[in-house]
Amino acid sequence: MRNTWLLCQKELRSYFNSPVAYIVLTLFLLITGFFFTTTLFLIGQATMRQTFQLTPIVFLFFVPAITMRLIAEEKRSGSIELLFTWPTRDWEIVVGKFAAAWIFITMAIGLTLAFTYSVSGIGSLDAGETFGGYLGLILMGGAFAAIGTWTSSLTQNQIVSFVVSLTVIAALYLVENLLGLLPMSWAPILQFLSVTHHFNNLARGVIDSRDLIYFASLIILMLKLAHSSLESRRWK
Amino acid sequence: MIQVQNLTKRYGPTIAVKDLSFTVATGEILGFLGPNGAGKTTTMKILTCYMSPTEGQVSLEGLDVIEHSLEVRRRIGYLPETAPLYHDMNVLEYLSFVAGIRGIPRREFGSRIDRMASVCGLGSVMRKDIGELSKGFKQRVGIAQAMIHDPDVLILDEPTSGLDPNQIVDIRNLIKDLGDEKTVILSTHILSEVQATCDRVLIINNGSLVADGTPAELTAKFAGDDQMRLVVSGSSPEPLKSALMAVSGVISLELTDGSEIRVNITVESGQDVRAPLFRAIADAGWTLLEMHRESTSLESVFRQLTKDTGDAGA
Repeated sequence: MRNTWLLCQKELRSYFNSPVAYIVLTLFLLITGFFFTTTLFLIGQATMRQTFQLTPIVFLFFVPAITMRLIAEEKRSGSIELLFTWPTRDWEIVVGKFAAAWIFITMAIGLTLAFTYSVSGIGSLDAGETFGGYLGLILMGGAFAAIGTWTSSLTQNQIVSFVVSLTVIAALYLVENLLGLLPMSWAPILQFLSVTHHFNNLARGVIDSRDLIYFASLIILMLKLAHSSLESRRWK
Repeated sequence: MIQVQNLTKRYGPTIAVKDLSFTVATGEILGFLGPNGAGKTTTMKILTCYMSPTEGQVSLEGLDVIEHSLEVRRRIGYLPETAPLYHDMNVLEYLSFVAGIRGIPRREFGSRIDRMASVCGLGSVMRKDIGELSKGFKQRVGIAQAMIHDPDVLILDEPTSGLDPNQIVDIRNLIKDLGDEKTVILSTHILSEVQATCDRVLIINNGSLVADGTPAELTAKFAGDDQMRLVVSGSSPEPLKSALMAVSGVISLELTDGSEIRVNITVESGQDVRAPLFRAIADAGWTLLEMHRESTSLESVFRQLTKDTGDAGA
């Protein structure tokens, strides 16, 4: 556990030691801020719902950009050799790195509280809806970060990691749109797979264990895949 | 004690190490010699639990590197060939991070890091980003990283590469000091380094062990014919050649023409022919300007053992 926390701290520090974190955070706030202001004046209601609806599109690019270097960069520079020969377990490495990315994403989401605060001055916000929306964003950020951790463990090239995680995330994001092409009997399966479906449930302010379990199992599955990918070096 | 038994490592169709067996006693400084691609680094990567052997067993104090990987890794300090560090951290942050990962209690961080800074000469760069350091300093941070938890076993892959001559001497002295209580395995292709620091030498070529012993044993065992170099004036080649060939122990010789004649003589090993050669030249009234004996060095042993098959594995 101590190693996990040490690795997590190290990753967080390397985010903030480079300009990348600040650029990415600024871009994130600019884009979500743009969505926020345009929809606010269009709708004229004190609600964050529209902003929450559009944020996942930003995540599609934002999260892979954050996670792409996690393991790929260690592989490229060779520092993974030291990491693997220190007394750290593979799962500690995976979880530590994933946690750093998730904390970073949660911080970015936290910054958008400024928007929420400014809306709350105009009219009364629906507390349940706002809370559900934030919970949904954080869980979705976690699931995408887990996907990014996995794709970063597959390659030593950050660009490859970025493109693969973007593709996987886009597939989970868009899978619901296949509804029109497939027989209706497929609908429950597509809905179950769709990140959008589960996120929208939460963003409506309905906190259902099914949605929580979906995100938790997606995170666990992806971290498990990342773990197996690290373990593959021990193959004879 | 480190035991390696019938170690084989294959990368797909390529065999990096084949059927390698050796043991290293506690407190021994073992030099690992071999041409590039001989399998030194692969063997070290297996010893440090970075890779698994295809076949064979490797153990440290009876602990298998696969079954007791974590315990083995706790007892080893390792410096990989390229000293891959985190370039976005400064030296102090990096060493604190490694101290944490190594499970050193936080209250001891300061004293351990200070000790490493003085042992490895890092005092002046503690607050500098590792990415900005010269290769020699990176190498020293790598060595500090390997020793910070005071391990029983140190495995150093080419520890002196990229260092200047003064630093090389420092690091060699450091390794010798450590060797009193710790087991050290180091790989190198600098032969003088082995002669200067190691108790025992393993020479491997194409993944197999070709020699094992102290530097002195190896030079004695694989000693070939000695070489003598002379420079003589006042003679002409033909009479000089016949006069020198008459000296007992001389096998063959080559010489150049001119007023100063250079002579290369191959002499049976163990024969001291310096005095007879001098007398043969002086008696004929010629002048001996230079005489130099080259006895068999570890270098010639190394070349003899690894030359023929040097590129057969490729």
